Amino acid sequence: MSDVSFVRTEMLQEQTPPASEVGIIGWVRHNLFSGWFNSILTLISLYAIYYVLSGIVPWIFQSVWNANSLTECREIMMATWGSTHGHACWAVINDRWLQMLFGFYPDHLYWRPILALVLLLIALAPILYSERVPSKLLYLTAAYPFLMPFLMWGGTIWGPISAALGFVIGWGVYTVLSKQLSGLLGLVLGVLATVIWWLVLSGYVVGAMDSILPIGIEAVQSRQFGGFMLAILLGVVAIGVSLPIGIVLALGRQSDLLIVKYLCVGFIEFIRGVPLITLLFVASLLLNLFLPPGTNFDIILRVMIMMTLFSAAYMAEVIRGGLAALPRGQYEGADSLGLNYWQAQRLIIMPQALKISIPGIVSTFIGIFKDTTLVSIIGLFDVIGLSSAIRADTAWNGIYWELFAFIGALFFVVCFSMSRYSMYLERKLQTGHR
Amino acid sequence: MTTLTDPPKEHFRLSMLLYDTRYRSATIQVIALMGFMLLAAWLLSNTIQNLEALGKPVEFGFFSEPASYDINQRLLEYDSRDSHLRAALIGLLNTLVVAVLGCITATVIGVLVGVLRLSSNWLVSKIMTVYVEMFRNVPVLLWIVFAMAILIESLPAPRAFRGEDPAATMDLFNTVAVTNRGVYIPEALFSRSLGDIHFFGDSALRFDVSLDLIAIIVVLAGSIFAMRKVIAWANRTQEQTGDRPKTWHILLGLFFVPMLTLLVALGFHLGYPELKGFNFTGGTHMRNSLIALWLALSLYTAAFIAEIVRGGILAISHGQTEAAAALGLRQGRIMRLVILPQALRVIIPPMISNYLNLTKNSSLAIAVGYMDITGTLGGITMNQTGRELECVLLLMLVYLCISLSISAVMNWYNERVKLVER
Repeated sequence: MSDVSFVRTEMLQEQTPPASEVGIIGWVRHNLFSGWFNSILTLISLYAIYYVLSGIVPWIFQSVWNANSLTECREIMMATWGSTHGHACWAVINDRWLQMLFGFYPDHLYWRPILALVLLLIALAPILYSERVPSKLLYLTAAYPFLMPFLMWGGTIWGPISAALGFVIGWGVYTVLSKQLSGLLGLVLGVLATVIWWLVLSGYVVGAMDSILPIGIEAVQSRQFGGFMLAILLGVVAIGVSLPIGIVLALGRQSDLLIVKYLCVGFIEFIRGVPLITLLFVASLLLNLFLPPGTNFDIILRVMIMMTLFSAAYMAEVIRGGLAALPRGQYEGADSLGLNYWQAQRLIIMPQALKISIPGIVSTFIGIFKDTTLVSIIGLFDVIGLSSAIRADTAWNGIYWELFAFIGALFFVVCFSMSRYSMYLERKLQTGHR
Repeated sequence: MTTLTDPPKEHFRLSMLLYDTRYRSATIQVIALMGFMLLAAWLLSNTIQNLEALGKPVEFGFFSEPASYDINQRLLEYDSRDSHLRAALIGLLNTLVVAVLGCITATVIGVLVGVLRLSSNWLVSKIMTVYVEMFRNVPVLLWIVFAMAILIESLPAPRAFRGEDPAATMDLFNTVAVTNRGVYIPEALFSRSLGDIHFFGDSALRFDVSLDLIAIIVVLAGSIFAMRKVIAWANRTQEQTGDRPKTWHILLGLFFVPMLTLLVALGFHLGYPELKGFNFTGGTHMRNSLIALWLALSLYTAAFIAEIVRGGILAISHGQTEAAAALGLRQGRIMRLVILPQALRVIIPPMISNYLNLTKNSSLAIAVGYMDITGTLGGITMNQTGRELECVLLLMLVYLCISLSISAVMNWYNERVKLVER
């Protein structure tokens, strides 16, 4: 049986794949024209893209940059292209962009919000990119919450210093007492000392120091704040403060202590059940009613408080999701190591729960940043409020595409980078098996 | 012989409240409760003092006073002599109208975009990604104000429809007029109408229900009931004999014949908008504010729903499809019996919370002047009467009720579809 009639002894010459299966043609065939239905979809999409781009591209680039009013803009368009249709009038942005970014902030002080923003980015760097940035920068991060209000509102330097001193005093009392007496008592007294310092003593000390050594920069009133700067200010404060409050609320909601649990549930469900605009009404109309007679504090501060509470409730729900997703064994493991509640939370539970909830946390951040625009409804001149003011101005009456494109682009850049950063963070912290 | 001894009796000491874990939780709770009650009492006493100083005790009598402002978009009849309570009711209905309309459109667009984002067609999925990112990363308030600006500034005025050679014409076979004052659509009219029933006489809650509408609903329900009976009969026959009787013509007949008969009997016809003088008359007038709000809310929410739908479909592992195919199920049945029930379990809870967000976002109506509950109760009524505390609290209460009822539906659904594990 050895006479096998035909066995190939040498390999066939390797052939290049057909041109229609590889390269650009292959890609196009597989991704765009893989069947009659797909081909129709592709053609429709191509037409839609052409339609949109053929409108937008000339509109953006064949545009007027220098004019003082919409009428002047239109005259230039008529003179140049013979029609007013399909050409943008960016002159309005050119004319008003500083106002849309800074509101009515005094223009010789623009360096202060800009410096605050730059410092913010530097202060965030050690948190966002912990492995590439020297950790010494964390001192700046710790000082930033006191530096930023000083830069934005100005005034005497002793105010922020005294506020920071409150924390130092509280910490000092805690470390001394917790060694001599007990940890819990030290904590309670430390917090008490801080509160007493802020509410009672701080005012006198600031006044005294200011009269002895008047160091300070020009003060800016809150009603001069506005534009995109206001959105960033409100967003940063609400985001920064709501995360710790949200963690505490989430822990409270998961807690075994019934009263604490129901207080947290009630707070979270109430805030999540009402629209932000009603909370802003509370900030602008009612908050002064709830405080001792005669108290009248800053509208921006009131809005900050309400926005922080609002985002804290959403944050709490996101973090609760992360806590619920942790396997029971993690809690039991922490218990069996003999860790107490706070040690277990700090070392075992929170790092994992926060990691799981990163996407939710960041989308809450994005949501709260977008929601800062609502302050225009209660009369603050944020960027949307300013856009209405510009549209009501006789010079620019009737303009809208350019303004909204500019505002939309501002928000898009910030929100989109936040969402991309969260994807990067997720990949970096990915420790699962893939 | 057992030598169990009782543990040593420990007397209660005060320090155990702090150091003994058995008592510490009680201590913390009592302190928390006391702290909360102190805070509440402090806020309440401040409020009472402040209100006394302002001379505005809390009372709701202003609700029966005449509102003396007009609401141009409304479902029930209302005029400016009606009370503030009726104005709030009209506002609440307007909120619900825009919420329901928005949820429906957002779902349709969102599901479509979500499915298309998963398309194998590269171009289509990229376009949908652009849509989603564009709408998700820009504030909804901007979209609402922008939509309003486009409607007002770019659409033709009603006078553009006039003349021999008008600059603008009506759309959809001359039935819909899109103008910068709003959209006029045909309305349903009955020449042999059965009339209305009035409820609640002359009070602020009064409303009319058209008997024609009730008749249509009753006939529709009857038709659907009969159709289900026919389908059940066909199923039974199929199980007994193996042959499925042909039913589609019976079903079509059952659906259309009674309905058409009823419509003819009632003298149903459409009332088209007509240009009279400077404006359109006839038809239903949907104001720009409603359209802008509806459009912006549904496009914005649709971007979120698209992501949810995409996530839900991706969450079902491919093994499920293969296993179902191995059982011999056909393509449609795999989708209907295996994939969708599992995907819906992932999709529906976040979808409902997005409906909730849409409803809450509809309060931004105040920015374009649509008179929803925020515009009436939290807007003009509040400004006219100066009753901030009562109005804002009531407003919150209304939204809280809406939210809690939607949450209740969601919890009920979650409970029903919950995976039963070992």
